[in-house]
Amino acid sequence: MLNPDAKLSDKIFADDIPQAATRDGFGTGSVEAGKADERVVVLSADLKESTRAEQFEKEFSGRFIEMGVAEQNMATVAAGMAAAGKIPFITSYAAFSPGRNYEQIRTTIALNNMPVKICGMHAGVSVGPDGATHQMLEDIGMMRMLPGMTVISPGDAEEARKAVVAAAKTGTPVYLRFGRAATPTFTTAETPFEIGKALTLWRSDAPKVAILATGAVSYAALVAAKALAEGGLESIVLHVPTVKPLDGGAILEAAKSAGCVITVEEHQSAGGFGGAVAEFLSEYHPVPIRRLGVQDQFGQSGSPDELLAHYELDALHIEEKARELIRYILQS
Amino acid sequence: MTLTDEQVRTLEKQAEAIRETIIHSLVAAGSGHTAGPLDMADIFTAFYFHILNHDAKNPQWEERDRLILSNGHICPVLYATLAHAGYFSVEECLTLRQFGSRLQGHPERERLPGLETTSGPLGSGLSQAAGQAYAARMDAKKHRIYALLSDGEQEEGNTWEAAMFAGKNKLHNLTAVMDRNNIQIDGNTEDVMPLEPLADKYRAFNWHVLEVNGHDIRAFVAAVEEAKAIVEKPTMILAHTIAGKGVPEIEGDYRWHGKPPTAEEGERFIAQIHHAQ
Repeated sequence: MLNPDAKLSDKIFADDIPQAATRDGFGTGSVEAGKADERVVVLSADLKESTRAEQFEKEFSGRFIEMGVAEQNMATVAAGMAAAGKIPFITSYAAFSPGRNYEQIRTTIALNNMPVKICGMHAGVSVGPDGATHQMLEDIGMMRMLPGMTVISPGDAEEARKAVVAAAKTGTPVYLRFGRAATPTFTTAETPFEIGKALTLWRSDAPKVAILATGAVSYAALVAAKALAEGGLESIVLHVPTVKPLDGGAILEAAKSAGCVITVEEHQSAGGFGGAVAEFLSEYHPVPIRRLGVQDQFGQSGSPDELLAHYELDALHIEEKARELIRYILQS
Repeated sequence: MTLTDEQVRTLEKQAEAIRETIIHSLVAAGSGHTAGPLDMADIFTAFYFHILNHDAKNPQWEERDRLILSNGHICPVLYATLAHAGYFSVEECLTLRQFGSRLQGHPERERLPGLETTSGPLGSGLSQAAGQAYAARMDAKKHRIYALLSDGEQEEGNTWEAAMFAGKNKLHNLTAVMDRNNIQIDGNTEDVMPLEPLADKYRAFNWHVLEVNGHDIRAFVAAVEEAKAIVEKPTMILAHTIAGKGVPEIEGDYRWHGKPPTAEEGERFIAQIHHAQ
């Protein structure tokens, strides 16, 4: 059943559940963070409309900095601004930032411990028609390996807004990952959000499987859980927006109660969120795990829905994988 | 204001002591870079003993001028200068590159007070200095920002992105100094990857460009003073230096870019440093 403490949308399974892209949450969240703290500045690498950075520019033109198509310079200028007391949010597509400027992020932001917030938009295959070059699928892995880097992959626009506001306050480097496509806004203003905390979306006293998801595909995991319940299979859905630091307590509890785990992410299945969960559980509570993600491939052009189905990251495939895993457990 | 002969002599004597410390620290470390630190000793001396508004006892002083070293591998000269300027003891320079030392092989800001950034990977110092200059201007701060660059790192694309950004934004509180010693690890810069005409390139990026003899402290200080008076553009000072300056037997030899002297060579080099002055 839905977790009432999550205070999810009252249209949670309705066809007309409100939709917005997580990048829209960056737009509103950055304005909110800018109002709360005048040290917040936003840097844009010639993509202010599609990153939604222009919302910040409209409110605070003097704190918006146009960098041109120069992601390496954007990261390093931001490091300098952070050293001078600013809280810079750098915005581009994740394929270019952190894709293009990884060393600059590593040396001048992470090792330097500068409170720069790296905002990677257009992450995942749901970018759609732009194709593989623009569909970043390796960013969680790259960024979670950096010492001291917090990694957040919000589930919807509302949570993205909260994540941006929270990131502005950490005093440390943070990577935030956003998507291009409009996706269901399943949380509400009342839904709790805290960096490092997972959120139970669907719960059960006797779950057969725990589905752990990050990013907008958490909604697909929730839809899958409802379908499983309708077929008599109980499950848990744990939405994990903060990939680093992981909410070990919540993940441990989910793994112990269900005995097996499925992870879901719009990212390579190697090295990302599923990898982080597998690393953690293999040390503290090994259980059978299936990691759903893109399987060592690049993306391609298509509509977001076509691509999510093709790479088996939609609700139907999550449900099917859950049934397979439960069958495997019963047989072994 | 032009330096007096007495001031110049005092600074030259200071640079000589810094060169000696560089050699001691490199011999003790057993690895590290020799040529660049030696050729930048005059400029570091000019900065920390004359130009910079700074306080060795309060490295985080808000109003201090910022000096950002981009080519972190010449840190032996930065460490030696900071030590002689009173940030820490000169003896600590002998811990260079050793386990547990604050003097890492490439500078790490979080480990040693007085460092403005972490550097080593080339081409990112000018951007960081530009970011500092941009932020300082937003806050109407009066301090100045200096970026020290190598010539070899002009081969990095990031450097030119920064040059474009600083030119666009007319960051006149930013002065960059390029150690134009014409060498890099694999050879002479013009053989590895021709950089000239550097002055024209920076002018084309809307910088004010000055060229000086990087071993003429009076001329260098005058160039920095001129940069302060330019309010339309950032300034690039191309400081022509002789790699390994102060040790005649290695001067101009690119093979000394990235290796340290042995103990025996160290003694000989130090004798040459004092004799050459």
